Amino acid sequence: MIDLQGVTKAFGNNHVLRGVDLTIERGTSMVIIGGSGTGKSVLLKCILGLVAPDAGTITLEGTDVTKTDRDAFLARFGMLFQGAALFDSLPVWQNVAFRLLQGRDRLPKPEARDRAIEKLRRVGLKADVADRLPAELSGGMQKRVGLARAIAADPEIIFFDEPTTGLDPIMAGVINELIREIVTEMGATAMTITHDMTSVRAISDRVAMLHDGVIQWTGPVSQLDSSGDPYVAQFISGSAEGPIEAVR
Amino acid sequence: MTLLAPLGALGRATLALLAMVGRVALFALSALSHMLRPPFYGREFGAALMNVGWLSLPVVGLTAIFTGGALALQIYSGGARFSAEAVVPQIVAIGIVRELGPVLVGLMIAARVTSSIAAEIATMKVTEQIDALVTLSTDPMKYLVAPRVLAALIVVPLLVAVGDVIGIFGGYAVATGTLGFNAAAYLKNTVDFLEPLDIISSLVKGCAFGGLAALMGCYFGMTSGRGAQGVGRATKGSVEAAAILILAANFLLTGAFFSL
Ligand SMILES: Nc1ncnc2c1ncn2[C@@H]1O[C@H](COP(=O)(O)OP(=O)(O)OP(=O)(O)O)[C@@H](O)[C@H]1O
Ligand SMILES: [Mg+2]
Repeated sequence: MIDLQGVTKAFGNNHVLRGVDLTIERGTSMVIIGGSGTGKSVLLKCILGLVAPDAGTITLEGTDVTKTDRDAFLARFGMLFQGAALFDSLPVWQNVAFRLLQGRDRLPKPEARDRAIEKLRRVGLKADVADRLPAELSGGMQKRVGLARAIAADPEIIFFDEPTTGLDPIMAGVINELIREIVTEMGATAMTITHDMTSVRAISDRVAMLHDGVIQWTGPVSQLDSSGDPYVAQFISGSAEGPIEAVR
Repeated sequence: MTLLAPLGALGRATLALLAMVGRVALFALSALSHMLRPPFYGREFGAALMNVGWLSLPVVGLTAIFTGGALALQIYSGGARFSAEAVVPQIVAIGIVRELGPVLVGLMIAARVTSSIAAEIATMKVTEQIDALVTLSTDPMKYLVAPRVLAALIVVPLLVAVGDVIGIFGGYAVATGTLGFNAAAYLKNTVDFLEPLDIISSLVKGCAFGGLAALMGCYFGMTSGRGAQGVGRATKGSVEAAAILILAANFLLTGAFFSL
């Protein structure tokens, strides 16, 4: 269980998070929605410790994340970055198998490569991309390699920052199914940021909407359409009319 | 108030400089400590050796040979003013080994290696690759910084040694080719004249300059701002800082070795 209490973060005068309270139950899939630039990516980075929050506490199963052994903590996580963040000096398969090739119980290279190819197949990529460099792939392919890297070591908790952005509808469907499968079959906890309402409905158990630096609404996905919250209603209908200003 | 404004600005600039020196020193200490503790990344280290050392050889060789040749011509024509043309081999040897070899190699490394390290690491920072490394339980100080700095500490003294030899050869070629020196006597004069301390100082300088060059590249890369502009600033800043630190360190080391 991940629990955030009163998390705030400002970059200079830009107060991005103004007190975020959020709980993600173990083995569930939480989707974060919210306008562009509201701090969704920053929120994930705060949990991972990549960005230090100014105030508030973040706990994982009751222990403060800033006070745990960093290596053991991070070993439980997988993260897909919004820009894929592939290592461009390494071929695709070494990107995917990066964690498997590090540390004390690292796998031998051929085995790690097989695991990488298996994960690539799960995100809809053929084995022949394994030896290419990330720069030689299209944006959507890079995104899927990033996804394969995030799930390569079968982590308990996975963060997906816009997993389906830049993918064609069929591939987006494949990825949605994959994320759902990882949660239901492998019991992982997932936290996904997406702007794609189809994805929201396909992936999530619960939805939280970030707006103005706080969680504006949170609830089960079944109540998304009847939330009674004007912000959520405007967001899911994609209307320019409503409490959320179109120019931000 | 307005009278004191320049003083205030000076004070702020000084404080900013001191804070920066402190941050760089802490960064250097952290890099050193990561060099000594596992895990070690052999592949990264090998690539850095290749990039800093082997691939710098052409630039170092060309710089050294032209400088050695020009130095021989200068000393010959300058020496002729008081009939001291004969000292060409000795002064070329001292000039190259003690000063020009290490300094020019150091500056070439700053131009070639510092800039590329800074641009590479800054790009990784900007595209979240550094964040990705951290989430994959890999310390960027260990994976990116330590191998590069260690490689430079080891391989730049070797480059300086190569530069010294080629520089002396440049002087030798000009002196024997156009200035009428006897080849065997030139070499004998060079070898007899150089003392072990000259060579030791040359290698120590190489080690120091290499370390500074790689550290500046890594520091500016790791602290890069956002966007393409951030990468550009980091690269420019790293080369400036490395060049100035190399020249300042050269002055201090020359003082330490030869003014006692
Ligand atoms: N390292 C940083 N330094 C300064 N400002 C930052 C930094 N990271 C994020 N920001 C700012 O924080 C705000 C939120 O950024 P964030 O990337 O979290 O948005 P987001 O909700 O993920 O948007 P999108 O849906 O477009 O990805 C933005 O205004 C951004 O400029
Ligand atoms: Mg984002």
